Amino acid sequence: MKKYSSFSDIQSDILSQKITCETLVAYYLQNIEARNAELNVFTSVYADEAKAQAKIIDEKIKNGTQGKLAGLVVGIKDVLAYQNHPLQASSKILDGFISQFTATAVQRLLNEDAIIIGRQNCDEFAMGSSNENSTYGLTRNAQDPSRVPGGSSGASAVAIQADMCLVSLGSDTGGSVRQPASFCGVVGLKPTYSRISRYGLVAYASSFDCIGIFGNNVIDVAKTLEVIAGADDFDSTVSKNDVPNYTQEILEKAPQKYKIAYIKETLENDGLSALVKEKTLSKIKSLQEAGHTVEAVDFPLLKYLLPVYYILTTAEASSNLGRYDGVRYGYRSKNVSDLKDLYVKTRSEGFGIEVQKRIILGTFVLSASYYDAYYTKAQKMRRLVKEATDKIFENYDFIVMPTTPNIAFKIGENQTDPVQMYLEDIFTVQANVVGIPAISIPNGTDENGLSVGFQIASSHFQEEKLLKFANEISN
Amino acid sequence: MNIHPDYEVVVGLEVHAQLKTNTKAYVSDSTEYGALPNTHISVITLGHPGTLPKVNEKTVDYAIKMGIATNCEITRHNVFARKNYFYPDLPKGYQITQDKDPICQKGYIDVKCKDADVKRIGITRIHMEEDAGKSMHLAEEIDTLVDFNRAGVPLIEIVSEPDIRNTEEAYLYLQEIRRLVVYLDVCDGNMEEGSLRCDANISVRKKGETKYNTRVEVKNMNSFRNVQRAIEYEAQRQIELIESGKQHTIIQETRNFDPNTGKTAGMRTKENLNDYRYFPEPDLTPVIISDEWLKRVESEMPALPKALFDKFTKEYKLSDYDALVLIENKEIALYFEELAQITPNYKQACNWVTTEIKGYLNEMALSLEKFSLKPTHIAELIELVQQNKVSHSIASQKIFPILVKNPEKTPEEIAKAENLLLDNDADALKSIINEVINMFPDKVKEYKAGKKGLLGMFMGEIMKKTKGKADPKTTNQILAEMLDN
Repeated sequence: MKKYSSFSDIQSDILSQKITCETLVAYYLQNIEARNAELNVFTSVYADEAKAQAKIIDEKIKNGTQGKLAGLVVGIKDVLAYQNHPLQASSKILDGFISQFTATAVQRLLNEDAIIIGRQNCDEFAMGSSNENSTYGLTRNAQDPSRVPGGSSGASAVAIQADMCLVSLGSDTGGSVRQPASFCGVVGLKPTYSRISRYGLVAYASSFDCIGIFGNNVIDVAKTLEVIAGADDFDSTVSKNDVPNYTQEILEKAPQKYKIAYIKETLENDGLSALVKEKTLSKIKSLQEAGHTVEAVDFPLLKYLLPVYYILTTAEASSNLGRYDGVRYGYRSKNVSDLKDLYVKTRSEGFGIEVQKRIILGTFVLSASYYDAYYTKAQKMRRLVKEATDKIFENYDFIVMPTTPNIAFKIGENQTDPVQMYLEDIFTVQANVVGIPAISIPNGTDENGLSVGFQIASSHFQEEKLLKFANEISN
Repeated sequence: MNIHPDYEVVVGLEVHAQLKTNTKAYVSDSTEYGALPNTHISVITLGHPGTLPKVNEKTVDYAIKMGIATNCEITRHNVFARKNYFYPDLPKGYQITQDKDPICQKGYIDVKCKDADVKRIGITRIHMEEDAGKSMHLAEEIDTLVDFNRAGVPLIEIVSEPDIRNTEEAYLYLQEIRRLVVYLDVCDGNMEEGSLRCDANISVRKKGETKYNTRVEVKNMNSFRNVQRAIEYEAQRQIELIESGKQHTIIQETRNFDPNTGKTAGMRTKENLNDYRYFPEPDLTPVIISDEWLKRVESEMPALPKALFDKFTKEYKLSDYDALVLIENKEIALYFEELAQITPNYKQACNWVTTEIKGYLNEMALSLEKFSLKPTHIAELIELVQQNKVSHSIASQKIFPILVKNPEKTPEEIAKAENLLLDNDADALKSIINEVINMFPDKVKEYKAGKKGLLGMFMGEIMKKTKGKADPKTTNQILAEMLDN
């Protein structure tokens, strides 16, 4: 079977019965079989189920009763609940845990006849930028297996990169979709906060967490988004705004000339590699040549983004992860003497180092004596960053910048320096702190074929415009 | 309560009331009491990964009602908070509650003390929160078992100002709080089953001092009486410590009340060092109470005990005592109020309700809702007595018991069928009276000689002969006339 890189090609071949879902599933299973042992992408492959489901959908196609996403083979990050399937957030603490319900986003895919092919590795509880913190072991970048794929949704990006499925659902709390998309040369979208229900998404930092989408191209991502977004009775924070027909917007509306801002401080950043800088500048130049207005703006708050992000996300995480205590489900330490011992041993043995670090940090910033010095201050700063960002959008349609300061780094390279690792997120956290949508699209490669990403952000709920523009400049 | 005359006790009470909603505070699981363990649970109650809470607006309505009833200001912008701690019966590792800006603030209630003084007790705040599950340490089990049916059941916590100065005030305050939640129908008020729970913050100080001393928090009192016992014990303990120069050993701590010994005991200090790390709940958007919302709840407010008391005493001219007896029980008060709409004989109505009806219900261990007679029945009984057709005692002792079993009949039908109607026919009465007079010629002589008390003896004989049907008033009149002639 030929390699498909767009869902519209698949759909037209399926509908003209050139291929069947069964052959499609077999194709992806073969690709998984070929490289999963090496790359460590899928932690569970639902081969039999996917095949059985493919048969059912092929039957529907014959009868013309298939859903919108018939022929879409999807992988889901191990932070999304899928009834009667394992769910561990790549953590030992959820050893043996089987979800008893299905996440709203996953259910909506199933309702439209998408096929879930398996569960994807990630950084434990979505905490990390390299997919090296996982109870299942690290995931490798398919372009160069000595390098990381980024994180935390690293495997979800590699699954697209290595053609193991057509679309992946990941999660993005500070860049966990966009950064691996950048490292792996695929498209990764983080929508507006609250655009997609979080019901069934294992919480890391509730006021930042977003389900995100990986694909080979913007249109596949848009098509997936329009199915999974929208109001949900099970999430009181989800937006009730109507979900536009994004695909139609992209395909049918005439191109426009936009006003685009780039943040000066991002290109002056010390950590920015020469290659990424050069690629970004040349992209900006090509945008200008295409008739868009691209201007530099100041954003002096850039340096506060990471502190704000790490204070608030760790605070929320320390609380969100309180439920993993060995009492009701998941891992429980053996040989405990009393209740306190049960908690201490279970959590010390069950959580990895990075997660423990963040729980301790979050517990500290919420403690009575430090709450005002850290949490309250960070909340204030979050508001200021929001206001400053909104102000830019009063004058500009988009903010563009590199997705990451560097290309994919070597496995183990950043393990000794946590701050360097945290700096990986410097350009991506703004969208989560503010809650705006942002997308990473490929922006060329270095001489060894390693990908560089380009990030575009828009104002709240402007996904239509964002996706349309991203699609235009991808081609 | 006997405490050292130089001291006064300072008490603030925290009352948790379990709300009578059908579903839990943040999930649609049932709240029904007494179900098999772990049957009213779901992935949300159990805090499985990926689950999210959703506010049950009924709990907000109920909290607002209690706020209005206690003269509170209602907060319009309500933020929820997480209170983080570890315990096996707390499935999420935090309790969803309110921290800053609780839904009701700065209210008060007035209680009437025995010495007739009205005491105003401030309400600091009322906030919404969820209950935890129940840990069960059964004798036959090595492990502790946890029932999560209660986890997520909505509560309001009502926190008083430290305005309470003795056990009587504490009792009256709790009684009023219980009365209010029952009248509002937001909680069943049952302390034994734990739907109403009380913690007490207790300190003592020398009379005349304005500063509060270190307080201790006492938990685990499951009756009004035990709250009073705990206050008495704590006051005594703290005064003794101060008097013996050991004031520094009174520390801010949580102490457990032991109902068997009546004593309080400190918990391990570690348990007192909990830092709950409150912060705004990011999984719930703030609940904004609009003018319309508030108006709707206000329009749903039932009559409250204080208003009924005022009406009963002022409009119906009942005594304070009678009114208090009536409002003590919401059903009784409302029954009486309904009765008072259809009979103008308020005092009679009150007597019927507080004596015959209450007596019957007590004897049969019935609740008023299972009582067969409607206020109209009672009004008819009162009317029958009023019209002199039966005596009160016949109505009460003969007709009422039959009527209860035959509510489809009218009291008058029963009186007729049972031949209980008073005999008002003067001629017929006269012949019977005459008969009786003739039976006791000696007594007639004694009566005529001045022993007027014998009238009662004659009356008794006449009543015997008429089986109580002779109308006492008429009989008395005719008898006196005939004896005097």
